[in-house]
Amino acid sequence: MAEFRTCPDSGFYFHKSAESLMKVNAVLGVVFLLVAGVLAIGVLLTRWQEVHLLSAEAFYMGLTAHGINALIFWIIFFEMAILHFASSTLLRCRLATPAWAWIGFLLMVVGAVMNNVAVFQGNSSVMMTSYVPMQAAPHFYLGLILFAVGALLQVFVFFGTLVVAFQEKTYEGSVPLVTFGAITAAIIAVFTIASGAIILIPTFLWSIGYISHIDAEMYRIIWWGLGHSSQQINVAAHVSVWYLIAGVLFGARPMSEKVSRSAFLLYILFLQLACAHHILVDPGVGTEWKIFNTSYAMYLAVLASMIHGLTVPGSIEVAQRNKGFTNGMWEWLRKAPWDNPVFSGMFISLLIFGFIGGITGVVMGTEQINLIIHNTIYVPAHFHATVAVGTTLTFMALTYLLIPVLFRREMILPKLAKLQPYIFGGGMTILILFMLGAGTLGVSRRHWDMDFTGAALGFEYPGMAYTLMAIAAIGGLLAIVGGGIYLLIAVGSLLFGKKLEPSAGILQSFIGKPLAASVYNTARPETLPMAPKLSVEQHGSGGFEAPGTFALAMLLLVSFVIYYFINWKYLASVWPLG
Amino acid sequence: MTSYMPPAERIWWKMPVGRQELIWIGISLVWCLIMFLMMPYWHVYGKQNLSTEAYQTTPAKFGARVQEMVEKYKVGEEGGVPVVKPPAGSDVYMLGRLWQWYPILQLEKDQSYRLHLSSMDWQHGFSLQPINVNLQVVPGYEMVLQVTPDRAGEYGVICNEYCGIGHHLMVGKIYVGE
Repeated sequence: MAEFRTCPDSGFYFHKSAESLMKVNAVLGVVFLLVAGVLAIGVLLTRWQEVHLLSAEAFYMGLTAHGINALIFWIIFFEMAILHFASSTLLRCRLATPAWAWIGFLLMVVGAVMNNVAVFQGNSSVMMTSYVPMQAAPHFYLGLILFAVGALLQVFVFFGTLVVAFQEKTYEGSVPLVTFGAITAAIIAVFTIASGAIILIPTFLWSIGYISHIDAEMYRIIWWGLGHSSQQINVAAHVSVWYLIAGVLFGARPMSEKVSRSAFLLYILFLQLACAHHILVDPGVGTEWKIFNTSYAMYLAVLASMIHGLTVPGSIEVAQRNKGFTNGMWEWLRKAPWDNPVFSGMFISLLIFGFIGGITGVVMGTEQINLIIHNTIYVPAHFHATVAVGTTLTFMALTYLLIPVLFRREMILPKLAKLQPYIFGGGMTILILFMLGAGTLGVSRRHWDMDFTGAALGFEYPGMAYTLMAIAAIGGLLAIVGGGIYLLIAVGSLLFGKKLEPSAGILQSFIGKPLAASVYNTARPETLPMAPKLSVEQHGSGGFEAPGTFALAMLLLVSFVIYYFINWKYLASVWPLG
Repeated sequence: MTSYMPPAERIWWKMPVGRQELIWIGISLVWCLIMFLMMPYWHVYGKQNLSTEAYQTTPAKFGARVQEMVEKYKVGEEGGVPVVKPPAGSDVYMLGRLWQWYPILQLEKDQSYRLHLSSMDWQHGFSLQPINVNLQVVPGYEMVLQVTPDRAGEYGVICNEYCGIGHHLMVGKIYVGE
C-alpha cells in the first residue's frame, strides 16, 4: 500500500518511496558538488599566475575531475530529485517502480565513483570532453556509461510515474507547468543519453582495444550531442524550478500557460541541434550546416529562453501587484523578499543567466564570431554564467526550500543563509566578467601556464591578461566561500537542524524510513485540483500587466544588441580570412 | 500557488495571450532573424569567414607535404624549428604535434596565402595571438583557409586545445614582414 505524508507547512504530498529517492539523489548531488568545489580551489589558484599552485599533472587531473563532477554528477543527481518531485510530489502520485529507480540510482553512484577513481588514478586527465585520440583508462568511459544508464532508468521511472498519475487520475486537467518543464528536461535527457551511448560505447571499446580507430571529427560532432544537450536538460530543469519558486513564494501563476509551455516545447524541438556551435571552426563541416544549426535551430531555442526571461519575473510582478505593491515600475521588485535565500538565489540566477550567460552564449555561437572566441577562457566564463549561476545557484535556492519541506529539518544558520546567494552569485559574477575579458585577450582555456615556461618559442600575453586572471581568481575564491557556506548549511541542517517531525534516525532516514512511521498514512491524497480561476483585476497599464519586467526585458535586449555588434566590429579588425 | 497546479482553464491553449507577451515575442523573433541574417551577410560582405575546404589526410601524407615546403623554402632556424619563407600567394603548411607547431612561417603583409593545417597526433587548437583567431586542428583532417595578414609583426601561435602534460610548451610563430 502506498504510504503518503502531507507537509503541514507547504501542503505538499510525499510518497514515501519517492521521498527517500529524492533525498538520496539530492544528497549525492551535494557530495559531488563538494568534490567539484574543492577541486575548483586548485584550478583557480593555478590559473592565478602569480600563485600557480599545482603542478601541470595535478592541474589537468583536477580540472578534469572538477568539470565532470560539477557539470555531470552534481547536476544530474540533483535533477533526478527534481524529476521525482515534479512527478510524484506535485501530482500527488505514488512513484512508479521504486525498485527500478533505486537500481538506477545505484548505477549512477557506481558510475560516478568509478569515473572519479579513473581520473584520480592519474591516467585519465582527458577533460570532460575526452576528445579522441587522447585516451583515458577504460573505466573512465565505463563509469560515464553506467552513470548514464542509471540516469536513464530514473528518467523512465519519472515517465512511468506520469502514466500512473494519469491513469489513477490524481490530478484534474493538464499537468502543472512545473511538471511540464520537467517533462521537457526528461525528454531532452533521453536524447542526450542516446548521443552519449552512441559515442561513448565505441570509445570504451576502443580503449580496451576492441575497435582500432575512432574518427576525431565524428567524435566531436556526436559527443557534443551529449555535451551540449546535457546543458539543455539543466536549462529546462532550472527554468522549471524558477516557476516553482515563483509559485511557492509569491503564489505566482504563469502569465500565459500557452506561451510558457510553447517555450518549453521549443527547447525540445530545437535545442539539441545546437551542438553545432562547438564545431564552428572545425575542418570539414559546411557553411550551410553551421548557419542552419546555429540560427534556425538555436535561435528558436534562444527565443524560448527570452520568453521565459519575460514570463518568470513577469509572473512574479503580476502576483506582487495583486498583493498591492503597485507603486511605480519597481515597488514589486523592491519589496520582494531579498533576505530570503530561496528568492534571492533564484532571482540572481535568473539575472546572470539571462544577461551574461544568454548573451555571451549567442554571441560566441555566431558562426564567424566564434573565430575570435573558440577555446579561449571566454568559453568557461560563459558556461559558469549558465551552469554555475544559472543551474547551480537555482538548485541551491531550491535546497533552502527543500530542507524544511522534504527533510523536515529547520535550517541552521539562517542569517548566513541570507547572505549566501549574494556571496556565491557575486563571486561568480566577478569570476565570469574577468574571465570574459581575459578570453578576449586570447587567454586559453584548459591551460596550465600562461607564461609558457620551457617552451622553445615564447609568447607573452599583455600584462592586463594577468591582472584580469588574478581578479577572476579572487572572484572565484569568493564564490567558493559562498559554495562552502551552502554546503555547511545544507549538510549541517540535515544533521543538526531542529527536527520538525519525528524521524527514524539519520541513517534510516535515507533508506526506506524518511520519517517516523506515525507521520504516514495509506489514504490516497486528495485529487490535485485545477488552479482557482483568476478573479482579481489586472494592474499595470495599457494592457501591460508587468511593466517593470518589460523594462527589464528591453534592457536585456539593448545590452544584447550592443554587445553583439561590438563583437562583429572586433571580428572585422582581424586578418581577412576566407 | 498555480505554477505547480494544473492550469485554471481546462482548455488553456485557447486562452488569449497578453499584449506584453505578444510584443516581446515579436521583438525577440525579429532580433533572432537579424542575427540569422548577419551570418550570410558576413559571408558576402565581411572579410573574416572560414572556408569549408578540407580534406581527409593521414599524418604521414600531411607531414611529407610540410617537409617538402620546409626543404624548399627554409631561410633559418629558431629554437630548433625551421623558419620558412614561401613565395607570396602560395600554399603554406603548419602542423601541430606533441608539443610543437611546425614550422615557423614568414609571410608578407597584404599577400594572400593558402594555409593548410593538420595534426600529427591528438587534437590541437591553432590560436593566433594577439589577434585571437582560433581554429580547431583535428588529426586525419586537413583544413585549408586563405589568410591575408594585414599588419606586419610577430605573431604567436599557441595551442588552445588541451593536448596533455606539455600543452603549455606548444608555442609557434608566424612572422609577417612589410
